[in-house]
Amino acid sequence: MNLMKKLILFSLVFILASFYGLKAQEPQINENSAEKEAFEPGELIMEHIGDAYEWHIATFGDFHLSVPLLCLVYSENTGFHAFCASNLHHGSAEFEGFRISQSEKYKGKLVEIVGNQEVRPWDFSITKNVFALLFSVCLIAFIFIKMKSYYQKNQGKAPHGFFNALELVVLFVRDDIAYASLGKKHGDKFMPFLMTVFFFIFINNLLGLVPIFPGGANLTGNIAVTCVLALFVFIITTINGKKEYWLEIFWPNGTPWWLKMPPILPAVEIMGMFTKPIVLMVRLFANITAGHIIALGFFSLIFLFGANSPASGYGVAPVSILFTVFMSALELLVAFIQAYVFTLLSSIYFSMAVAEEHEEKPAVN
Amino acid sequence: MNLVIPDFGLLFWMVLSFSILLIILKKYAWKPILKMLQDREDEISKSLEAANAAKERMEKLNAENEEILKQARAEREAILREAKATKDKIVGQAQAEAKLEADKIITAAKNEIAAEKEAAMAELSSKVADLSVEIAEKILRRELDSSVKQGDYVKDLVKSISLN
Repeated sequence: MNLMKKLILFSLVFILASFYGLKAQEPQINENSAEKEAFEPGELIMEHIGDAYEWHIATFGDFHLSVPLLCLVYSENTGFHAFCASNLHHGSAEFEGFRISQSEKYKGKLVEIVGNQEVRPWDFSITKNVFALLFSVCLIAFIFIKMKSYYQKNQGKAPHGFFNALELVVLFVRDDIAYASLGKKHGDKFMPFLMTVFFFIFINNLLGLVPIFPGGANLTGNIAVTCVLALFVFIITTINGKKEYWLEIFWPNGTPWWLKMPPILPAVEIMGMFTKPIVLMVRLFANITAGHIIALGFFSLIFLFGANSPASGYGVAPVSILFTVFMSALELLVAFIQAYVFTLLSSIYFSMAVAEEHEEKPAVN
Repeated sequence: MNLVIPDFGLLFWMVLSFSILLIILKKYAWKPILKMLQDREDEISKSLEAANAAKERMEKLNAENEEILKQARAEREAILREAKATKDKIVGQAQAEAKLEADKIITAAKNEIAAEKEAAMAELSSKVADLSVEIAEKILRRELDSSVKQGDYVKDLVKSISLN
């Protein structure tokens, strides 16, 4: 019950924040830029969907309210360094020979200054996205271990409240994704991965929609994150590839022999092995990033109009907010759909890998 | 184009933390949760089957019970009817027998009474005769004394002889 209250509070905060959080965040940028330079929506958006060494929450005049994170770098010249990002003073200062680059090549990244050159060290820093990642991993582990102990405590009883709702999603993943495309035998084998991937994407998509700390990081819209998820899918598919799977690639049935000879068809098929996970990677990245960009774009409209005259800014605001609320609702749907699509396609790729009969192969879209 | 170039640090942390998450959840969450869900589903379907079977058995049992009850009722009816008939028969028989017996006893009693009466009459008459003879004898003996005395004597004798 306590957990229920927390969740309700959480969703309330989310709803309120989607109204006010972003809005509260932006006026200062506008104020600043109105005085100093023109408001750059592109810069704002890229800053939001990108990574950072500190978690910016709000700026009041010249005061930046942000959570500084840990910088962790290995330099080939000077070895390991670990320091707080507050030492860098939002990129305006240098610390232990490191600074946040302003150059075209490494913009916003931590670089070491060697002589006059900027050299990128091995950067293990706990950035905004890494922090969000660790936070979400802890959250997911907490939720599902809690769910397990709840089930153990209430064995033989029907579940109630939050875990009942969660069970619905778990059953959806099990029955409509894993069992539907893999069958029971193989489905059980890949179930832990599919479940983890689904809830990792789903929960991170939702956290990405929360505009205030510790949500709001564009984690599932980061190419590195989706790349690793796709890499897992690729490795699992390749490891579990049965004879039929490799035969399908190197000597497909019902194809004329001259076509099967290298280099034409095998080259295409081998490329297909890689394009499948790459498509997964790009789809998730593009969908989530696009959602963030659109929401921010609508807000930026207010300040673009506001820069012309405050009245038009106020006039556009209700329309912008309405659109953003609509987009947020749509993004909630997208959060679920993208998790579903990623998991479903993964399970279909797995089913192609473990298929034993040629006819049993499910169609891929 | 920083956006589409994977960052090394994030790649590293993602591989690490996602692997750990996968291992932890696989061991401590998915296996027990899915097992419990499966167990519960099995239990529910088993219970439903059992309930259906029980319902069927119950219906069969009910039908059987109804049949047995009907039979028992018919049997009771038959037994009661039979018993009534038997009772009537026995009572009738007993009545007839009793009447016969009573008639027999009455007849026997009547006969006996008649025989006794006859015997008694015979004995009485013989006794009367004997006594008459005796009296006559005694009178005759004393006749010659005095006729007065004789008379007295006869009176005495008569007095003394009770007729038993």
